[in-house]
Amino acid sequence: MQTNIMIVGVGGQGTLLASRILGNAVVRRGYDVKVSEVHGMSQRGGSVVTYVKYGDRIWSPVIDRGEADIVLAFELLEAYRALPWLRAGGKIIVNTQQINPMPVITGAAEYPRDIVGKLSAQADLTAVDALELARRAGSEKAVNVVLIGVMAKNTAIPYDEWLETLRDTVPARFLDVNLRAFALGYQL
Amino acid sequence: MKKLLLGNAAVAQGAYEAGVRLVSSYPGTPSTEITECMATYPAEEVFVEWAPNEKVAAEAVIGAAIAGGRAMSCCKHVGLNVMADPLFTDAYIGVGGGAVFCVADDPGMHSSQNEQDSRHYAKAAKIPMLEPSDSAECLAYTKAAFDLSERFDTPVLLRLSTRVSHSQSLVETGIRTEQPLKDYEKNVPKNVMMPAMAIGRHVFVEERTGRLAAYAEDCAFNTVERHAGGIGVIASGISYQYAKEALGDRVSYCKLGMVWPLPERLLRDFVASCETVYVIEELDPFLEEACLAMGLPVQGKRLFTPLGEYTPSMIRRVVLGEEPAPVRTPAETLPARPPVMCAGCPHRGTFYVLHKLGLVVSGDIGCYTLGAAAPLSAVDTTVCMGASVSAAHGMAKVRGREFAQKLVSVIGDSTFIHSGITGLIDIVYNKGINTVIILDNSITGMTGHQDNPTTGKTIRGEATRQVDLIGLCRSVGIDRIEVVDPFDTKRLEQVVRQETQCEEPSVIIAQRPCALLKKVRYTGHCRVSDRCRKCKVCIKLGCPAISLDAATGAVSIDPTQCNGCGLCVGVCPFGAIEKEED
Ligand SMILES: Cc1ncc(C[n+]2csc(CCOP(=O)(O)OP(=O)(O)O)c2C)c(N)n1
Repeated sequence: MQTNIMIVGVGGQGTLLASRILGNAVVRRGYDVKVSEVHGMSQRGGSVVTYVKYGDRIWSPVIDRGEADIVLAFELLEAYRALPWLRAGGKIIVNTQQINPMPVITGAAEYPRDIVGKLSAQADLTAVDALELARRAGSEKAVNVVLIGVMAKNTAIPYDEWLETLRDTVPARFLDVNLRAFALGYQL
Repeated sequence: MKKLLLGNAAVAQGAYEAGVRLVSSYPGTPSTEITECMATYPAEEVFVEWAPNEKVAAEAVIGAAIAGGRAMSCCKHVGLNVMADPLFTDAYIGVGGGAVFCVADDPGMHSSQNEQDSRHYAKAAKIPMLEPSDSAECLAYTKAAFDLSERFDTPVLLRLSTRVSHSQSLVETGIRTEQPLKDYEKNVPKNVMMPAMAIGRHVFVEERTGRLAAYAEDCAFNTVERHAGGIGVIASGISYQYAKEALGDRVSYCKLGMVWPLPERLLRDFVASCETVYVIEELDPFLEEACLAMGLPVQGKRLFTPLGEYTPSMIRRVVLGEEPAPVRTPAETLPARPPVMCAGCPHRGTFYVLHKLGLVVSGDIGCYTLGAAAPLSAVDTTVCMGASVSAAHGMAKVRGREFAQKLVSVIGDSTFIHSGITGLIDIVYNKGINTVIILDNSITGMTGHQDNPTTGKTIRGEATRQVDLIGLCRSVGIDRIEVVDPFDTKRLEQVVRQETQCEEPSVIIAQRPCALLKKVRYTGHCRVSDRCRKCKVCIKLGCPAISLDAATGAVSIDPTQCNGCGLCVGVCPFGAIEKEED
């Protein structure tokens, strides 16, 4: 048994915290796990990719093309970019936020239209307005936890264990907002 | 219980458990978190510091080791170039307390200016190198490195790579074993490296290499794992993990945890027991060439590549001839998303002005290297830390006064202290007229916010004496120094014009803190009003919050990206951008 989850987004969106929450939740279950993070240059607004792999024994910390069971995307274009990594039968969860990359900002390139439509024609897709749900939970910063909530439902890890992980991982003063954010994502 | 730890955090834990007393480093991705983690252990047990550069850090470690304490320095691959000088001679001196130099390579250049392979340093400096492949090994190998260092009287290199440093995996942690200081005694033949003594120590070094090679044969980190079938794989570090993922139990493995010196007998026996042997290693054919020099029939680089990272599917294709299953791809070419200066970045104001003035910009390494990208497109050269100043000196000397008056150097505060100040001394001493702009954002930004000698705080957040940049520049002979807020683009433009034109060397300190620092609190958001004439001046800022609709020419500001820094309000010639408070 092995599960490969790829978390993609734009540097600064909080993908790192999401991968840490996921990693901690998985460790509690006694799986072997590897989480490959990105630090450094690309965190400055570039495409960022984090891999979480768990199962009986994990070797490479990186997910190859065609091997992701779940792609959890914090941004539309980054979801589209990650498509080749999805395995046959895999699932994409995407936040419907659009963040323009510099070539689009300067007019040198166009942001692809209707990414949700194109992706759902090619893959099993769940699109979520996580920013809106995060606002409802009480903070725009909780986008990552909303998305973790959506993804959590697609794993074998029980609800309560996720809550315990959140309690262990998230600083106490942000806990309430994050618990609400998680629930909103999970209930979707 | 096992803990999920980053490779870098596991190195720190290993050093802590080994009783390390001093850690001195200069930050550099992917090595930075090792030293940051070290600073979470009690100050009474470990002295941890950010040094001004890697050479200074290495020398502090060498001194600590001579003085009898265990010590470590961590750097990125190019940092090892900077520490190479002391390291090569420390190879002769050896240690008292164990000395470990941890270097993190960056195959694929996630955050680096080149893709060099540090293993060559172990061979060139004639010192041992260990290479872990996951976090548990990071901890174990780091501890072992200190013992090895003391046992063989040698500095030890510990080699990491991005995927080892920045991956979390499960680790069993232990407790610290205090190491009493070794006695300090004056020992001139061992510690004073002048020719008469060094001649003697070189004999020791060669003899030590022989003993280390013998040790490598039995080293527990060099293992052979046999499976049926005639294929063998020699690998180390992350390449071993890729190979295991790709090939599982279909091949036999010789995993090298000690990559220098190499266990010749172990390798010979392994190769002899297989029909075909592949050396699987990223970057240079280091192990492969060593095997070939032993006369062993192995294959490697010719089938793979010296470029970038390996993947399991690449290994499967080469070794098993299996093609990866086809994958789904987007039906169109997607716009790239290169890293950009953050919204509110103080460097943006400076590069906006430099672009507008059309100057030749001798660049350096830091967040401000991003000023090279469109639309700011303001940087002409980037070599290594400090080169913005010294390379501009060379440019000015060969092309003459007129060129010098169209030329500026840009260098961050941390980089200036690292190695910019020496270039500035060169300019003053050799009668240059260059203009150097110090981009003082009060932090070491690119590597994720480390304090440095100009910030007034130590790695543990304690207040300390702050290097006074103005006083420093004045003391080396710079008479013309201006301090400007880079968001005051009009004044900055005027100062840059004036200082580049004048026939004396000058320094401009563009001072405004990094927008991501906690103390920086921009409020509200900027908004484009109907006074906008679509002149696109604001688009030239390259702000991630400001977008142009290519079809209509309309400009809009994304409130989720804008932090209200207000730079665009100031540059709009029509006063069409307004600041709204929330
Ligand atoms: C020899 C060497 N050491 C370390 C690094 C890693 N590194 C790249 S940029 C940088 C610091 C930049 O800080 P600063 O000059 O203050 O500029 P900022 O990023 O804050 O704009 C470091 C440490 C490197 N590239 N080369």
